[in-house]
Amino acid sequence: MSITLKMKNIRKQFPGVIALDGVNIELLKGSVLALLGENGAGKSTLMKILAGVCPQDEGVIEIFGKEVKIDNVNVAKTNGISIIFQELSLSDNLTIAENIYANKEPTKYGLIDDKKLNEECKNYLVSLGIEMDPKILVSNLSIAQKQLVEIAKGLVTNPKIIIMDEPTSALSNKETELLFNIINKLKNEGKSIIYISHRMEELFKIADFVTVLRDGKYINTVKISDTSVDELISMMVGRDMLEIYPKRDFNYQDNDVVLELKNLTKKDYYHNISLALKKGEILGMYGLMGSGRTEIVKGIFGILKKDSGEIFIENQKVEINSSKDAINCGIAFVTENRKEEGLVLTSSVAENISSVRIESIINKFGFLSYQKETNLANHYIKKLNIKTPNFEQIVNNLSGGNQQKVVLSKWFEIKPKILILDEPTRGIDVGAKFEIYKFINELSKSGVGIILISSELPEVLNMADKILVINDKKVITKLDADKTNQEEIMTYITNKKEVNL
Amino acid sequence: MINNKILKNYGGALLALSVLVVLFSILSPYFFNVDNLLTILSQVSIIAIMAFGMTYVLMLGQTDLSVGAIAALSSLVLGVMLNLKVPTLLAILIAILSGLGAGLINGILGIKLNAPGFIITVATVGIFRGLVYTITDSKPVVIEDTFILALGNSKLFNLIPYTVIVMLVLMHLAQIVLAKTRFGRNAKMMGGNKVAAEYVGINTKSIYLKVFMISGIMAAISGILLASRLYSSQPNIAQGYELDAIASAVLGGTSLSGGYGSVIGTLLGSIVMGVINNGMNLIRLPYYYQQIVKGIIILIAVYLDIKNKKSILSKGGK
Ligand SMILES: Nc1ncnc2c1ncn2[C@@H]1O[C@H](COP(=O)(O)OP(=O)(O)OP(=O)(O)O)[C@@H](O)[C@H]1O
Ligand SMILES: [Mg+2]
Repeated sequence: MSITLKMKNIRKQFPGVIALDGVNIELLKGSVLALLGENGAGKSTLMKILAGVCPQDEGVIEIFGKEVKIDNVNVAKTNGISIIFQELSLSDNLTIAENIYANKEPTKYGLIDDKKLNEECKNYLVSLGIEMDPKILVSNLSIAQKQLVEIAKGLVTNPKIIIMDEPTSALSNKETELLFNIINKLKNEGKSIIYISHRMEELFKIADFVTVLRDGKYINTVKISDTSVDELISMMVGRDMLEIYPKRDFNYQDNDVVLELKNLTKKDYYHNISLALKKGEILGMYGLMGSGRTEIVKGIFGILKKDSGEIFIENQKVEINSSKDAINCGIAFVTENRKEEGLVLTSSVAENISSVRIESIINKFGFLSYQKETNLANHYIKKLNIKTPNFEQIVNNLSGGNQQKVVLSKWFEIKPKILILDEPTRGIDVGAKFEIYKFINELSKSGVGIILISSELPEVLNMADKILVINDKKVITKLDADKTNQEEIMTYITNKKEVNL
Repeated sequence: MINNKILKNYGGALLALSVLVVLFSILSPYFFNVDNLLTILSQVSIIAIMAFGMTYVLMLGQTDLSVGAIAALSSLVLGVMLNLKVPTLLAILIAILSGLGAGLINGILGIKLNAPGFIITVATVGIFRGLVYTITDSKPVVIEDTFILALGNSKLFNLIPYTVIVMLVLMHLAQIVLAKTRFGRNAKMMGGNKVAAEYVGINTKSIYLKVFMISGIMAAISGILLASRLYSSQPNIAQGYELDAIASAVLGGTSLSGGYGSVIGTLLGSIVMGVINNGMNLIRLPYYYQQIVKGIIILIAVYLDIKNKKSILSKGGK
């Protein structure tokens, strides 16, 4: 097999951070190379260098044996490199077709030919196995759908080297399968793919080689068939990790109910949702994309306000009309979409963490206290091991996983009675996941009721006590996490079997 | 450490200022003396005060084009009140309230129509100015109140113009509210990401309203000082001041697209503009050239805004 791409001795420094320090990778034709490393290891930075978004300080890039200087995005494009960003880069105000064919729309007499555009796009999407109407506005899509469009957009130029930076972090199993089919097709066409993901099991399905980075340094490259999850993890974190999910050592069964929903309904969003959450319980919610799981919790949080039904907190009936009401009731909501709903990217780590409970950093004169804010931020930076040069760093400059930790921090800080976690570990590395799971367990032990939504079934199965299976905007069944398994849950979803609760 | 921060945040504006001061000192013998420098400060005070309010608006990612018209409106309210023999301080208060009211109208319209402040204020400029012309029948209202006239034209210890003192007091207030209060912080977060701000329970509507009210109050105070300067309230005053106010704020580092603002920076920005105006007059540059120079300054301000944002986003730390 011939070598498509070589990056040699790449070095890149940001103020206060050496993001990459002598990294090498080699990409073979028709193969998938996975990049693995903890949050902030430098994976995305390496890919941004390749895509011409930020040039390296030192090091050489060779494409098909020829040295190239990639100092802007166009050089990358002409060399057949396409990057599918970790952050979505679609224009919400345009349709799917307009996004995918941006700047290369078919024209007729110099004008954009909409009919042809939509037809071409439709055929193209079908060829990828994606069933979507190209005329739909991107703003109407779920994140998973947007991610698929993003992927389609990245492939439309027929690139030779395709970079996918955590493409599945917003996808559920079904779309992930779809993506893997696309990747296999690309491989057969002789394309080369660099694939970044924190989901180990995916690497064994799709990758041929794995290159591991740690703290910006090159650690090793191994063939996937010659390695194991444990070996990869220990290369990544620099020590052995015996377990992925921490043990829970207490019983919540006799506790009081902290949150109860009775027949919560909002037309077109969720129907007849009833549940009871006890203090210290972790209630998992599992469903496919579009099943309505996020909508249900947005209903509890006052954002997608219910039409009918009742909410009780500690047996008191409450009316929640806004997120402010919800917060006042002691509810925290870690949203699934950190860039849009979770963070103010132009503000600092400290400002983001203090934003929910800003009263806690006010001094006796009624002014914001720099000292208190600093202490608060440093507490969480240490507790969750957020990789940042200091608390004043703008959140935009953190790696994806570390941004997620900032979102978690700000909600943990309100010391909630009820904690809603919607995909809390999206984009977080295995080591850090373990730390976060431990923290979630600590919270539940201290009596916090937790709702955990995740597209990763193993996460729900291992972390939750009970699992609500959600489909078609309804709760289908409630299962004991230790008495069920992946297969059973999937049959509920695919058979749409309804069970009386 | 504090000095370090000032340099880091305002280094560009301070550098520009030094260069201009040196340049005009060489070009004109009248430029560099205490009197002229205080004159410059007093000349910029009216725009600067307006620009303090604008800093809040821009930080939200909004624009308020009605501040010039609000200044004219409040100066007229002041003149009319004084003519009606309303006590001076009460007249001032009513004039300020008229600015607050105008800001409130901008705010409510923006929220109810769910439209950007820019277009709302394009509309209200016409309404406020039209109102002023109707009431005055396009004639000036003479002001004779000694207190008011002293405010704009006299100096403390015969040295420091009162307008400068008013400006400095307002700057401190505005900076403290912006940087040190819950409201200021929430406004900054909202300017950076409105959806995220709503999720953490920030009442974005109330902040929007308050910001436009602050802008209205600041504009009204400018209007009062301006009326005092001119010994009268006139319907056509403060035309185009909104653009100078925006340029001052942006020159001082406030982001046009929201998320970052500094009142101290805005003062520096307006001083830069003032020095240029004053210097160009002293070296007798014809008016039309002055317009061209000002245009170029605004382009520089925009360039700085974009560069600044890039550096905030890519290099980290501000
Ligand atoms: N524009 C920037 N300015 C300053 N520091 C940056 C910038 N971009 C990245 N960094 C820093 O460089 C390091 C590497 O970041 P990078 O995004 O490459 O990590 P990553 O391996 O992709 O992590 P994740 O798994 O969390 O996505 C991090 O410490 C990050 O904070
Ligand atoms: Mg990354």
